[in-house]
Amino acid sequence: MSAERATRPGRTAAAKAGGHHQDLLTAMLRIRRFEERCVELYSGARIRGFVHLCIGEEAVAVGVHRALTPQDAIVSTYRDHGHALARGVPEADVMAEMYGRATGCSGGRGGSMHLFDAERRFYGGNAIVAGGLPLAAGLALADRLCDRSRVTCCFFGDGAFAEGEFHETANLAALWDLPLLLVCENNLYAMGTALPRHQAQTDLAARAASYGMVAWAVDGMDVEAVERAARRAVEGIRAGTGPHFLEARTYRFRAHSMYDPDRYRDKAEIEEWKKRDPIARLTDLMNENGELTKKRLARIEREVAEEIDAAVREAEQAPEEPVADLLRHVTSPPVDAA
Amino acid sequence: MSGEAERAMRTTTYREALREAMSEAMRADDRVFLMGEDVGRYGGCFGVSLGMLEEFGPERIRDTPLSESAFVGAGIGAALGGMRPIVEIMTVNFSLLALDQILNNAATLLHMSGGQLPVPLVIRMTTGAGRQLAAQHSHSLEGWYAHIPGIRVLAPATVEDARYLLAPALADPDPVLVFEHGSLYNASGELAPLTEPVDLDRARVRRPGTDVSLITYGGCLPKVLAAADELAADGLDPEVVDLRSLRPLDEATIDASVARTHRVVVVDEGWRTGSLAAEVCAGIAERCFYDLDAPVERVCSAEVPIPYARQLEEAALPQVRDVAAAARRTVG
Repeated sequence: MSAERATRPGRTAAAKAGGHHQDLLTAMLRIRRFEERCVELYSGARIRGFVHLCIGEEAVAVGVHRALTPQDAIVSTYRDHGHALARGVPEADVMAEMYGRATGCSGGRGGSMHLFDAERRFYGGNAIVAGGLPLAAGLALADRLCDRSRVTCCFFGDGAFAEGEFHETANLAALWDLPLLLVCENNLYAMGTALPRHQAQTDLAARAASYGMVAWAVDGMDVEAVERAARRAVEGIRAGTGPHFLEARTYRFRAHSMYDPDRYRDKAEIEEWKKRDPIARLTDLMNENGELTKKRLARIEREVAEEIDAAVREAEQAPEEPVADLLRHVTSPPVDAA
Repeated sequence: MSGEAERAMRTTTYREALREAMSEAMRADDRVFLMGEDVGRYGGCFGVSLGMLEEFGPERIRDTPLSESAFVGAGIGAALGGMRPIVEIMTVNFSLLALDQILNNAATLLHMSGGQLPVPLVIRMTTGAGRQLAAQHSHSLEGWYAHIPGIRVLAPATVEDARYLLAPALADPDPVLVFEHGSLYNASGELAPLTEPVDLDRARVRRPGTDVSLITYGGCLPKVLAAADELAADGLDPEVVDLRSLRPLDEATIDASVARTHRVVVVDEGWRTGSLAAEVCAGIAERCFYDLDAPVERVCSAEVPIPYARQLEEAALPQVRDVAAAARRTVG
């Protein structure tokens, strides 16, 4: 970043950078405001179930997605709102899913933890820690077998390092040179258990590297740093150098889920991390560069709020899936012999 | 015509029939590949895929590390990515290491995604006891899998089914689990060319009869047929129903058999408590109560981890004499 600024780009390049920053900012604000609305809707009992917020972690979802194309695939976790929105799953579809409506992106059968969008190659929030990793390896294997230049990106948390499925998949992916981007969102807590309390060796990138894949850590609170790292990784994967691992060091500002009283973290620690808020950090940079006026920020906020208002309105009015269709989609419909 | 059919008949083994079915599928469809522990260079731990590596190469006959969860999950992901994988798991006991992927992903993704993500995957595994392999290689857990909505569970018991069930299983858009009883691999039998499409939902009456329905599947079928011969020698006329599909169960064939015989013995190598046999019996009680002339009998494995010693293992498993005795009680 400093190198880029040091080169003092010309007017067009500066405008381009400003536009890029504005895109990043809008994408992160969309996720944050969407989730803040989720909290209100949850408190008002409009949505139920488990709801896991990624507030504080937006830079990871947004930065990584900037490096991916529509042909690439994404496998997410139960903390999947940010990934889905960054992927471009319409807010109305995500919100309708939170409402359990027929128009939801999973037809009301998944809820917050299981957002799917096959058209956008978004293969879902997986609510078993590390359970999405083998699946992602399989998507990457299919691409390899078909000689397709696509990348599969799998998100998971630091908690996944305690699961066999992470280690089995890391080995398999490296052994088979799979076009797989492993993104560990290390927010320092496996639910309520701090990283040093669940891992004997807390240098996660070093452990991933031990499987024989390119691995490095990045500041997950810096959206541009995440984007750069992800682009580098994706380039490497497309060039055929096998799976890459990215440890994004991040932090969730909210509790693990709506049920979590958050008794296991020091308030001072949370406040300390909030000073590194990825959204504030980007707006500061943009202000410094003269890329953002109060008016422009207000306009972005207004547009995002309008999008979310519209999504909530649509979800409120969306039809419920009829109970008569309870058993639909358990198995595929029989193929018509005619 | 019958002369022609007779000429086309040939004798083969259950193992070879499985191999032929897989090879045929792989020649017909580039999307099909086989993945599992020692399926390649070793030729499969039970020799099922012997020689396939030479024909199809290591990309399509893919040896995996001993990572059941990863390679079963990779099969699911590859299916989502447009492939038609066949995943081999050495034994049903090992499949427990992949249960997360089978239950939480393969069986669930279609529904949880609102119908967006069918998983066209075939998982084959060995099941059952009888080879003195003790308590971690001998169990019959297919009944557990038959509990799970979203997957199809097959138990080929004959050479013919070993040969012909795979193609429709691969054509199924949803996950199919195939349980191959370890005692069947060396079984040989007559194999006729396929004359009509295979209906995976249907059970088969292996021996028509009128006095008692012996309902079974998989590795117990040869024992039940032997028991039927014994009973026939005593002047009884038993009917033998081979379920073939454990999920869904072919209720129509079961009910029609009960309506003919009015007496039922269900034979299942799984443990009795919460068994597939229990499910079959409950269904008969619900649907065929007024057709029954005697209490329904069950012959299952003893409620014990399968032991190593020969006489103990034999005592733990359903045997021909147990089936015959149960059948006699129903007509008693």
